[in-house]
Amino acid sequence: MAAGKQRRAQTVPELPRPQHLLRGLRLTAGPPQPEIHTMKETPLSACERDFILKAIEEKKRLDGRQTYDYRKIKISFGTDYGCCFVDLGQTRVMAQVSCELVAPKESRPNEGIMFFNIELSPLASPAFEQGRQSELSVKLNRQLERCLRNSKCIDTESLCVVSGEKVWQIRVDVHMLNNDGNLMDASSIAAIAALCHFRRPDVAVQGEEVTVYSPEERDPIPLSIYHMPISVSFSFFQQGTYLLVDPCEREERVMDGLLMIAMNKHREICSIQSSGGIMLLKEQVMRCSKIASVKVSEITELISKALMNDKTARKAGGRCGFAESMPQERITALKVDETPVETADVTEKASGIIKEAEAPPPTAPSPVVPVPGVGQVGLGLQNTWGVEEEEELEEFSSGDDVEEVTKMEEDERKNTKDDVVEILDSEEEEVVILHPEKPQKAENVKSSFHQKGAPSSKKKTKQKP
Amino acid sequence: MAGLELLSDQGYRLDGRKATELRKVQARMGVFAQADGSAYLEQGNTKALAVVYGPHEIRGARSRALHDRAIINCQYSMATFSTAERKRRPHGDRKSTEMSLHLKQTFEAAVLTQLYPRSQIDIYVKILQSDGGNYSVCVNAATLAVIDAGIPMRDYVCACTVGFVDETSLADLCYAEESGGVSSLALALLPRGGQIALVQMDARLHQDHLDTLIEAAMTACKGVSKVLDQVVRQHLQEGSTLRE
Repeated sequence: MAAGKQRRAQTVPELPRPQHLLRGLRLTAGPPQPEIHTMKETPLSACERDFILKAIEEKKRLDGRQTYDYRKIKISFGTDYGCCFVDLGQTRVMAQVSCELVAPKESRPNEGIMFFNIELSPLASPAFEQGRQSELSVKLNRQLERCLRNSKCIDTESLCVVSGEKVWQIRVDVHMLNNDGNLMDASSIAAIAALCHFRRPDVAVQGEEVTVYSPEERDPIPLSIYHMPISVSFSFFQQGTYLLVDPCEREERVMDGLLMIAMNKHREICSIQSSGGIMLLKEQVMRCSKIASVKVSEITELISKALMNDKTARKAGGRCGFAESMPQERITALKVDETPVETADVTEKASGIIKEAEAPPPTAPSPVVPVPGVGQVGLGLQNTWGVEEEEELEEFSSGDDVEEVTKMEEDERKNTKDDVVEILDSEEEEVVILHPEKPQKAENVKSSFHQKGAPSSKKKTKQKP
Repeated sequence: MAGLELLSDQGYRLDGRKATELRKVQARMGVFAQADGSAYLEQGNTKALAVVYGPHEIRGARSRALHDRAIINCQYSMATFSTAERKRRPHGDRKSTEMSLHLKQTFEAAVLTQLYPRSQIDIYVKILQSDGGNYSVCVNAATLAVIDAGIPMRDYVCACTVGFVDETSLADLCYAEESGGVSSLALALLPRGGQIALVQMDARLHQDHLDTLIEAAMTACKGVSKVLDQVVRQHLQEGSTLRE
């Protein structure tokens, strides 16, 4: 019996606790932990997706580029050697190269070590989470590693100091500062530019002694770079029918898949990687490689020019670095163009204008008492009680002492008569004297008119019998 | 690298094969009884085991469910004893994660996921012995496992790794050839339509040679597809004769 009871107790299923209720509860006592709020990126609406796809079908892009156009690339270097910032349109990426003496790998005792790391932080986009190892992070890291390490763009044997004991480990850290699509291309440009810019400390080996000279003692020496691999990304839409180079963030969200081709300017392909569930044809891959070779030579030109500019700036002793390269973008002077004004016959014009002008409106000298108990001070102060206006006006029609007031009232009557004309256009047949300025009050009075209409009809009924 | 001649003057490779020869493929389907589909494939000395579960309800985060198709979840791992040096981390390192992503991408293109909305298909692949061409062997093994599970696909997914040495393309690279600094291209192909599900290449190759290399890869994949087809038909025949 007891066993049976036990069995029954076990078979009662545990109800799953609703997660949304649990989130607010802290069931165990403990030190309050900092809450990490992760934000999901706003999902793309269906109409936006359709719009982008339709535009691509008509060979139009959101920012007006052509199918094979890159966005504007801007490369700038920091004050330290090995720091590079790349702007690809709005996508912003920073690469920093550093070096350290370590023991080499056992399988390769006389080669240096290259280490690549791409950091995706919420700084770049709310879609990126704080922790590492998201799919995109792994993908970018591996692609950069394959693009730069496997292609052997750097002579790793020159990084060896003491074979089997000490070699240089070159570490490239790439940080995403702003994500507007095509992080891979921007990272590869930044990484290779930073590597070209970097200078490692000079080392002298004398027998058993190894001396590492600081930058003040001896000039640091650049790395020996064989070639510059640069990646070019192609995005495919509508099952591979349409192709775009350098997708921006919106286009990336809508695309079916991506093909990344890394090449150098000698037309050697360093890496090809297709991602996303698309199916390609051989001809598409060949066409992309041809486009990539053109783009890579242009970008390599840009990098070389940027490196040259930085070199000359440093030699000339000018200020260089990230702060200098940022555009000022502030208004330093508010300049208003002078418009020439004719002042030749000003006096004649002025006197003519004065003559044609109307007499200034008269000022009320003292408070006016139209009706015992009611005072009026100043100009244009009308009684805002629409109901009593009729009575007031009736009283005014009998003689009045103050001419100005009558004049005012006459003007008012004239105005009201004008208003009355307008009102006759509407459906109302009975004329109601209204305040000349406020049309809303026309409605008020109309409503009061309706109210009046009711008793008046009543009056009529009374009169009949 | 100096002593290893990847392609001799007579046209023989390190293991005695010719340039376009594939390694010997041996495969078994339905290896495990518990899984929905399983397959074991040997290509030369590289041995891989693939297991498929599904389509079933989505485990874990319901938010991942897609309203119109199934999601494919792949996990690639290498046994610690699979390489010459003992592998310290079989799961979770970058290369395994990347490989899992590539497998997922390959099968998302091939499997008819629209037939199973809001469900999940799991593909687990393990390398028991690694001797080059890991990705290709995984894809071939997983294809057989998916067929064994009865999940409909557009076509066989066949993969092969090819290399380029001395103006010649070498089909189906082994480990010594891969690590010898040869530019290797891994290609996953749906043979009937000639559609490429995944293309991956490392190391430098001049643009002019790309065409020949891809052609060689596609021919090799078509060869693999014939072998896989034979394996599947034989398995079905055995199954049907047993039932009688």
